[in-house]
Amino acid sequence: MQVRVRIRRYDPAQDQRPRYQEYVVDAEPEDRLLDVLNRIKWEIDGTLTFRRSCAHGVCGSDAMLINGVNRLACKVLVRDLGSTITVEPLRGFPVVKDLVVDMTGFFKAYRAVKPWLINDETPPPTERLQSPSERERFDDTTKCILCASCTTSCPSFWSNPEYIGPAAIVNAHRFIFDSRDRGAAERLDVLNSREGVWRCRTIFNCTDACPRGIEVTRAIQDVKRLLLTERV
Amino acid sequence: MYRGREGMLSWMLHRVTGVGVLLFLLMHIVDTFLVGFGPEVYNTVLAIYKTPFMRVMEVFLVAAVLYHALNGLRVILVDFWSAGTRYQQQMFWAEMVLFVVLFIPAAYFMLKPLFG
Repeated sequence: MQVRVRIRRYDPAQDQRPRYQEYVVDAEPEDRLLDVLNRIKWEIDGTLTFRRSCAHGVCGSDAMLINGVNRLACKVLVRDLGSTITVEPLRGFPVVKDLVVDMTGFFKAYRAVKPWLINDETPPPTERLQSPSERERFDDTTKCILCASCTTSCPSFWSNPEYIGPAAIVNAHRFIFDSRDRGAAERLDVLNSREGVWRCRTIFNCTDACPRGIEVTRAIQDVKRLLLTERV
Repeated sequence: MYRGREGMLSWMLHRVTGVGVLLFLLMHIVDTFLVGFGPEVYNTVLAIYKTPFMRVMEVFLVAAVLYHALNGLRVILVDFWSAGTRYQQQMFWAEMVLFVVLFIPAAYFMLKPLFG
């Protein structure tokens, strides 16, 4: 089959403003959108710029706005996209070139929630034991690959890039609800601030966008409820 | 336009109806305040509400208040019921059904005098 791919392009060296360029490409229904983008870059137009690394839905490099929703180009199939496919860069980040966005702010927000184990107690001689139910408590939020699909699908984030965003909250949740961690208080301070969890309006775009199927809004609500019940 | 689903639609409608109800409230504060200028001024202004146009606007107001109230209950459930986030879409459609069931008779009785 043939597909028309409309790509929002921007080259800061040449373009005053972003423009749309169309490519007509042969594609199999079972091709992933990433295969189509590669075909364009390799065979039609080498100037097209986008990120991709593992190409198998694990690294999170190729999140983009595909037909109006955030998806990983390596996980969505041509047959599910129709004959005209619109591809745009993630919203809410500055565009570096074409589909490549500047994720500096995204990773700054990620680091702000201290996404590592905080525990100053003397380490036990063996591992820090955890029951299956304690592990289950934060299982969902361990799956994040930091692709930024959630954060850039969020209207609260679009209107206020200072909002820490769903991805940072998901990664804070992963440690706050880990029974081995002792750093909940310092993370909750960040999440209880002006640009923290209270900016969330439960719009659920993040949950719908997550390529890992994380219930992002549910994690945010867990943190909100913890703030309401555990601390004054 | 981002193609959001039920959650985004419900939030946008919540915003629009919220602002609409707020604008009516401001207008209502002004018209009630006019009673301070005596019964004649007050009655003259309040007569505007009896025009067919304002009656239709009031039907929209009922729709806005009704939606905002019903969706507010959904938002409370999403916030405080632990399974709320899992059933938010179903709750939205249940809310739509409730809205139609309550709004159609209200609109019928409000608009009936205009045609009768």
